Amino acid sequence: MSAARPPERPSAESRRERIAREVSAYPGTITFNDLIRKNKRQSVVLIVCMLLLCLALGAAMGAAAGVYAGGGELTSLLPSVAIGAGAAFLFGGLGAMWSWFSGSDAILRMMGAIEIEKGADPELFNVVDEMRIAAGLPMPRVYLINDTALNAFATGRDPEHGVVAVTRGLREKLTRDELQAVVAHEMAHIRHFDIRFAMLMATMVGLIVFACDAFWRITFRAGRYGGGRRSGGKSGGGGAVVIVVLVLAVLLAILAPIVARFIQMAYSREREYLADAGAVELTRNPLALAGALSRIAGDDEPLVEVANRGTAHMFIANPLKKAREAHQNINSLFSSHPPMDKRIARILALTR
Amino acid sequence: MGPLVIGLGALGVLIVLVVILMGMYNGLVRARVDCDNGWAQIDVQLKRRYDLIPNLVETVKGYASHERETLEAVIRARQQAVAITSDSAHAAAKADAENMISQALGRLFALSEAYPQLKADGNFRQMQEELTSTENKIGFARQHFNDTVGRYEERRQTFPTNLVAGLFNFSQREYFELQDAAQREAPKVSFS
Repeated sequence: MSAARPPERPSAESRRERIAREVSAYPGTITFNDLIRKNKRQSVVLIVCMLLLCLALGAAMGAAAGVYAGGGELTSLLPSVAIGAGAAFLFGGLGAMWSWFSGSDAILRMMGAIEIEKGADPELFNVVDEMRIAAGLPMPRVYLINDTALNAFATGRDPEHGVVAVTRGLREKLTRDELQAVVAHEMAHIRHFDIRFAMLMATMVGLIVFACDAFWRITFRAGRYGGGRRSGGKSGGGGAVVIVVLVLAVLLAILAPIVARFIQMAYSREREYLADAGAVELTRNPLALAGALSRIAGDDEPLVEVANRGTAHMFIANPLKKAREAHQNINSLFSSHPPMDKRIARILALTR
Repeated sequence: MGPLVIGLGALGVLIVLVVILMGMYNGLVRARVDCDNGWAQIDVQLKRRYDLIPNLVETVKGYASHERETLEAVIRARQQAVAITSDSAHAAAKADAENMISQALGRLFALSEAYPQLKADGNFRQMQEELTSTENKIGFARQHFNDTVGRYEERRQTFPTNLVAGLFNFSQREYFELQDAAQREAPKVSFS
């Protein structure tokens, strides 16, 4: 009976011990500059992985398409590879352009965020103003999400179009210092151009999923109508190439969306760590951010009304109910945010 | 053909070198402009504080006109600070004067504890938020200025940009430093 029971919520004491253990794992002289450098290095690795995946997928699909068209020799596959890459480029370009010019407005509308003026909340505006001065950026627009959950997010393709949005719950429940830390985290996202990158990344992942989906449709259709054509004619080495290429393409079509998603989420988690470090750089107050995060972690209310899987990665804490329950303290490969306790531990490592 | 190939190669290397030098030079200029902007941002916030103080004094006078000494200390500190021009030559004197304002304002806000009506005044509370935030903004603007100086100095002193910096006389920039030792002390926190 007891084995089937879900794991108990860890008590405050054991949680504190676990965080303390994590803190002591970092070298004593670590600074936020070290954290930023580390995160930037890892980001580059992630981007390279994503590009390689795209390349492999494009090549395999082009090759597979060429095989279906009847070619057994590798040289005859080249035109179809080029056409596939061209089409992918066109779709990717269009998608990126859309997200570039109207992505952030669409997201704000989707979340029901409303822009507020300074008169409506002078303190919030002053906090944002203080943080953009510390970052040396232009003043972003400020949005309020009418929801009692504790969360915040940033959007905008560059600092000139920056937007900081907080929920009403966050605004009401945090102290001024904690609010400042959260705003600093969002300002760090803006300063690091995380939003632009996340948008491009999302476009790329979407493209990969779309391409794989298209591949499956074409495969099944070809299997039904054109399957017989291949059986005649080609012999020997040509047949082996066909099989190898097909197996590879099928494997890639299965794995690529999963791997793409996995890389996107790994990237998203790194960016969260980086923004935490950047927030401490701006406020010089790690305790306030740690306090804000543990307060947000302690809040069980999900932001179900306005958030979905597509937008979850933009928030300071994962807004989805399932994710909050399952991944709060587990380092999952598919969660958009690192576990809260790990984030808090990294921040507290700066205070020693 | 030999001399032509060598000549073209040399030309190519020269062009690449010039482009790299241009990049370094422009990077240094950008970093220096950032420093100037950072300094200007401090002035913007100081100016904002000068503008807010007369309004605050008027509001407080309405409730606590006999607290002459505290009010006049704020006005005097403001006048002294305004009189000092803001450039690197007067940075230390200016910072001292600004500290005087902060201290005088601190006493003024402490005063409000004794006057419940003043404390409840919406206008006063708004002014208090604005001035407290402006104080923060001055601090953050200085922090940002120091960040920009740090980036400029790092560029200026590290190889190979230091060669370009020496060639074109990129001079050293001073950090903004607080004179008051107590304020310079970073807040120490410990977890045990």
